[in-house]
Amino acid sequence: MKALINLFTYLIFPGFLFSACIGLIAGWVDRKVTARIHWRVGPPWYQNFVDIVKLLGKETIVPAGAKMTFLLAPYLGLLSLTLVAAALGSNILSPLEGFVGDLIVVLYLLVVPAVALIIGAASSRNPLASVGLSREMKLVLGYELPFILSVITVIIKSGITIQIGEIINHQINFGSNIASISGTLAFLVSIFCMQAKLGFVPFDASEAEQEIMGGVLIEYSGLPLAIFKVTKAILLYTMPLFLIILFMGKDLSPLFIIAKFVLLLVIIVLIKNTSPRVRIDQALRWFWGPMSFLASAAVILALLGK
Amino acid sequence: MSHKVIVPIGPYHPLQEEPEFFRLHVDGEKVTDIDIIIGYMHRGIEELSEHKHFHQVPYLVERICGICSSSHPYAYVLAIEDILGGEANVVPERALYIRTIVDELQRLHSHLLWLGLAGHFIGYNTVWMWAWRYREPLLDLFEMITGNRNHYGISKIGGVIHDIKDEDIPAIKKAMDDLVPAANMFKGAVMDDPVIHARLKGVGILTKQQAIDWCTVGPTARASGVDIDVRRDDPYGVFDKVKWNVIVEKEGDVFAKAVVRILELYESVGIIRQCLDKMPKGPIDADIKDIPPGEGIGHVEAPRGECFHYVRSDGTNRPVRHKIRAPSYVNIASNKVAAVGQTISDTTITLAAVDPCYCCTERVAVLDKKTDKQVLNGWDLIKLSQEKTEKIKKRMGINV
Repeated sequence: MKALINLFTYLIFPGFLFSACIGLIAGWVDRKVTARIHWRVGPPWYQNFVDIVKLLGKETIVPAGAKMTFLLAPYLGLLSLTLVAAALGSNILSPLEGFVGDLIVVLYLLVVPAVALIIGAASSRNPLASVGLSREMKLVLGYELPFILSVITVIIKSGITIQIGEIINHQINFGSNIASISGTLAFLVSIFCMQAKLGFVPFDASEAEQEIMGGVLIEYSGLPLAIFKVTKAILLYTMPLFLIILFMGKDLSPLFIIAKFVLLLVIIVLIKNTSPRVRIDQALRWFWGPMSFLASAAVILALLGK
Repeated sequence: MSHKVIVPIGPYHPLQEEPEFFRLHVDGEKVTDIDIIIGYMHRGIEELSEHKHFHQVPYLVERICGICSSSHPYAYVLAIEDILGGEANVVPERALYIRTIVDELQRLHSHLLWLGLAGHFIGYNTVWMWAWRYREPLLDLFEMITGNRNHYGISKIGGVIHDIKDEDIPAIKKAMDDLVPAANMFKGAVMDDPVIHARLKGVGILTKQQAIDWCTVGPTARASGVDIDVRRDDPYGVFDKVKWNVIVEKEGDVFAKAVVRILELYESVGIIRQCLDKMPKGPIDADIKDIPPGEGIGHVEAPRGECFHYVRSDGTNRPVRHKIRAPSYVNIASNKVAAVGQTISDTTITLAAVDPCYCCTERVAVLDKKTDKQVLNGWDLIKLSQEKTEKIKKRMGINV
């Protein structure tokens, strides 16, 4: 019975099916709002679902010389990200059922989609993909440092715990982490890290279609491409949710979660539409310079109790 | 990644909407050399034009480029009018004003188009969509004045085809008034945005000496501090009767090219306003029938630079020689110095910064980089095309 419930949690709610649907709808909100900002009409709400279904019906082309890793890499990203979605969802539903250290696991698993992209791109043997993967790699190296620093801020603020449920409980009892100076700083930093993790402008250099024609994704088609798209959709659901849990965890009733989620989505879309793409070296400098500095300051402030 | 690879931009690439091929020799992210291969759209316009009636050619050369579609016919009729004794002596004054207005409207729409594309190339799609939104009223103006949104068909030997009606003038003036706030907005968006500064400043620098050495023209040259503009140096239309400035920037980078084009928007708006105020009444066409023997040149300042036409007439009703040089022909070549040494990200915007127009530029031999030997020239392409036609004929069982 326990196994069945776990399977349900992983596959249906709040795991794969639920997070994918929410992610695809969030992706539609992104597309629609972007379109309205551009004075365009934008797609209907089911557009992202139709896109995925269409991709499933397309031929999968495997480039000559590509190994099995080319086809397996998308699953690696999807499986680990689904695990994150399930873990975060069940932590919100029942904060006490987690285990010590699940925060670390989530942090690890959140990197895996980027790693999957890198592996897939590397096995496709395309020169443009190799440019894209080297950019993706640099970007991961760039944003992980400030992101982990800001998570450390949260850990300190929540009374040194590495359990997501404990962080939520601490915020329910003592107020949201964002309400302090260090929390606000860490939140600001992690918004930029989220933008980079999602691969949105200004940090979409690894896919830059005008430069390297989709870069890491260039050789993908059909089912594997659809899986990457779904992974990205789940990431669009998971990342804001993770930030809500870390920084705005005081009130996690459904209505408040939706409001906070929409707020974060709006921030993402606004950043995306009001800036040009930065070069990868500029992105790296941005994350290792001002962002890491701010995140370190947040850690120090948190240690001082601010 | 430190090994050398070749990153192809083209022949079909989302960067630019026309077939072109830039072969970037890349070391890591750094571009060490660049091969520029164009000529995928050779249409034999010069040859075609030598088989057309003098009065048909403007419609043909208009189709060289959908963006400079006033400049090419204008340069051609200038060349013919050069044979006849000069534009100012042949063409009625009102027609000169109308030509100038259409020429400047074209510059406005072309610069806005480039601005949008430049935004797109650096991933700033909001600028892209907004620039094109403000370009749309200009296309409506074209439709009102000439009947067409893109191929205006207004230049004619000895005058223009369509008059600007008095009742249309307030609408044009209003469109100009509406455009100024939009131009202000773009000026602010480009000149005050720190991220755009970071992306465009110091990128793709073409020094003044390089700009002169590579014979660049138009905004590309003016952004490098070369003070040239056909409208002032060899005035045509009524450019010598209105007040305007040639915009020159010194830096030579992509940012300077953007600034030149944005500031030129204001000059164009000023020229159009003055023309509308000063435009006299009168005929718009000198009704010229025969072209005497002789040779003439005509050049205009197209939005991309000097557009040059040479025509020789032997007294029949067809040009015996028609030579065209479009501005992109020289500007694209300057990428060889401007784009090398950049990263791939900067190269793409540098390549686009000269506002290249590939269909204008189709007279290029294909060279092999290693041996410097010609792989294909114009004649080879024609031969290829003939062989293909033969094959198709054979397959379809046609014997001619």
